[in-house]
Amino acid sequence: MIGRRVVRFADERLRLAQIVRKGMAKVFPDHWSFMLGEIALYSFLVLVLTGVYLSLFFEPSTGERLYTGSFEPLNGEMLSAAFASTVELSWDVRGGLLMRQAHHWAALIFVAAIVAHLSRIFFTGAFRKPRDINWVVGTTLLLLAVFNGFAGYSLPDDLLSGSGLRIASAIVLSVPVIGSWMQFVLFGGEFPGNDVIERLYAAHILLVPGAIALLIGVHLTILIRQKHSQFRGPGRGERNVVGSRMWPDYAFRSIALLCAVAAVVFGLGGFAQINPVWLWGPFEPSHVTTPAQPDWYVGWVEGALRLFPPVEFTVFGHLVPAPFIPGVLIPAVTFLVIYCWPWLERRFTKDAVHHHQLDRPREHPFRIAVGVWALWFYGLLLIAAADDIIAAELRIPVFDLVRLLQVAVLILPLLAAFIAYVLARALRAHPEHRLTTMRWQHLGAGLPRRRRRHASASVRRSTE
Amino acid sequence: MTGSRDRQGYGAITAAFGITALAGAGFAVVYALDAGVRLQGLTLLVAFGSLAIGFGLWSRRHMPEGMFVEEHPVTVSSPDERRALYSAVDRAHAPLITTPWPRRMLLTGLGTLGAALLFPIRSMFTGPEPNSSLSSTPWRAGALVVREDGSPVRPGDLDVDSMLTVYPEGYTHAGDTAVALVRLRPEQLALDAAALAGTVNGVVAYSKLCTHAGCPVGQFVPTTAQLMCPCHQSLFDVPDGAVPVAGPAARPLPQLPIGVDDAGMLIALDGFSEPVGPGYWTTT
Ligand code: FES
Repeated sequence: MIGRRVVRFADERLRLAQIVRKGMAKVFPDHWSFMLGEIALYSFLVLVLTGVYLSLFFEPSTGERLYTGSFEPLNGEMLSAAFASTVELSWDVRGGLLMRQAHHWAALIFVAAIVAHLSRIFFTGAFRKPRDINWVVGTTLLLLAVFNGFAGYSLPDDLLSGSGLRIASAIVLSVPVIGSWMQFVLFGGEFPGNDVIERLYAAHILLVPGAIALLIGVHLTILIRQKHSQFRGPGRGERNVVGSRMWPDYAFRSIALLCAVAAVVFGLGGFAQINPVWLWGPFEPSHVTTPAQPDWYVGWVEGALRLFPPVEFTVFGHLVPAPFIPGVLIPAVTFLVIYCWPWLERRFTKDAVHHHQLDRPREHPFRIAVGVWALWFYGLLLIAAADDIIAAELRIPVFDLVRLLQVAVLILPLLAAFIAYVLARALRAHPEHRLTTMRWQHLGAGLPRRRRRHASASVRRSTE
Repeated sequence: MTGSRDRQGYGAITAAFGITALAGAGFAVVYALDAGVRLQGLTLLVAFGSLAIGFGLWSRRHMPEGMFVEEHPVTVSSPDERRALYSAVDRAHAPLITTPWPRRMLLTGLGTLGAALLFPIRSMFTGPEPNSSLSSTPWRAGALVVREDGSPVRPGDLDVDSMLTVYPEGYTHAGDTAVALVRLRPEQLALDAAALAGTVNGVVAYSKLCTHAGCPVGQFVPTTAQLMCPCHQSLFDVPDGAVPVAGPAARPLPQLPIGVDDAGMLIALDGFSEPVGPGYWTTT
């Protein structure tokens, strides 16, 4: 048997028999929500494969050259090599458009899956000690994924991504003291700069994916070392994992997921047109497309830029420009809070013991409130990034919509957080119910009471 | 599990993988015939989709789920183990601690080397220090005002209540040169005397770079005599010196003083007196 021969070959050199046997028997919990991270992993795989294909045809240069190809309106024009090669990739390389669109869709799914995975980890308390270190790794992965997505869609040197880069350059420029130096270093000079495409290319295809791959390795190694967390249930405890074996049960399901991700990505790549750069046209400093919206995962920053009031102030005679607070401070604080959340929460719960069993989300109403607040806040910012389109659709003046959203982004998240808090408390008091089976009379248990009793109750719960 | 149910289950799985083979071959054919992106996507969708269904069915029908238990090891070392590590570390470090100078000099050396290695970063851009390049544009006194195609402009070329994008001659593709030339009725302009001296017959020139994030302020709204930035909808009042009246921009668009030369063509009387475009630390 060929299988046996391979095993013997490897085992005689690496002594693998025991490790492989143990690995095959590794147990994975069976809850569906544990597969969100895998969706991210598999979209990354698709991204790498499609991306390698694209890199064979893409020319990362702003140097001008003649475009001769089957997209008639641009035929015979002098275009930057980056833009020309992207148009060729889409129109003249057979299979190129499929790969390009699949790559773009996979990137959107990649970041979405990471955010969904992060939400799962957050609401179930899986980030608590000892998994707080993996939370930090995961947050870094999110940051890198967002950055690499932005870098990637800036590469074609088209008019739309040029606007994105322009705004990015203004955001970098707004950093106090070192902003202008940073912007020049990144762009190779004043915007538009000569070298930004080449630099983004190096980052997009080598540095960042390399870092992502490395950190995925770290993420999974830590996971294997610490073993999975799991929901509570009969036969489950802090000292075991109950579920399916790695091989073949879980592996088959996981491979099925990989194939499903590939199917969705290529299906979208074939049928759903995305970023048709030939319609936007080549980048030209004094031109701009309207309306212009970035990919969703940076949309919240764009929304913040649109909603934040025109605030500029001086510090010791130096200017802190308008994009600084919405473009630098809010994202920085956002990621800082995400990074620190395990420790922030521990300050309140005084809960420093190890946890291998997950919370039901309802068990921590305050945590739910924070999470729901964040989903609404950033969701509304994302909506605000399309305020011009929405205003045009609704036939209302865009400034009225901006006003409305400015108020909404402050109030609605708080309201949603309060409702979530009450519901979580009501559900906590009625553990046998779910959201869909609750009745009005159950809600009474959710309304906030005197502070002291609630505080002691939550401490007791978290130290159980 | 009965034999017949088993066979039935495997039949669907086999069929799914069969579809994978067909769709895979279909992709090859579609590619060979250059039959377009839709069919390429469709064949791959079906191929991977059936693969997913096959694997999914296989695991669902024939593999046990959720009945295995794996014990956790204790995730923390015992206090004894940890103490043993501490003392091993202490023993190993003892000689390093008793002789501080090599250690101190090592840190100094590494720090210096690290700082020195930052210097080549300066090569990532050429030219003068950023703040001075940011504060200057190619607009100079006497620079000829031209359209994107390089043709010069007479004040009368603009209709009242219209806008034209212009550049200094020779710099039509630079990042910081675009200027919005707007013609209003002269009595509309509510500028101070110095600013008014830089206008010609109601034609006034402002930097086209939005002071928010630098987008070209591309839309002129004749009814309100306002310039609008398409990026985040900042509005600038043209008669009032392009002060921002709505949106996230906080500073007016800098004005370019213009006049006419002997041939009656528009020229710049001077450069901008303040930096154009988005703000930065040394913008005043
Ligand atoms: S760049 Fe003009 S409003 Fe933001």
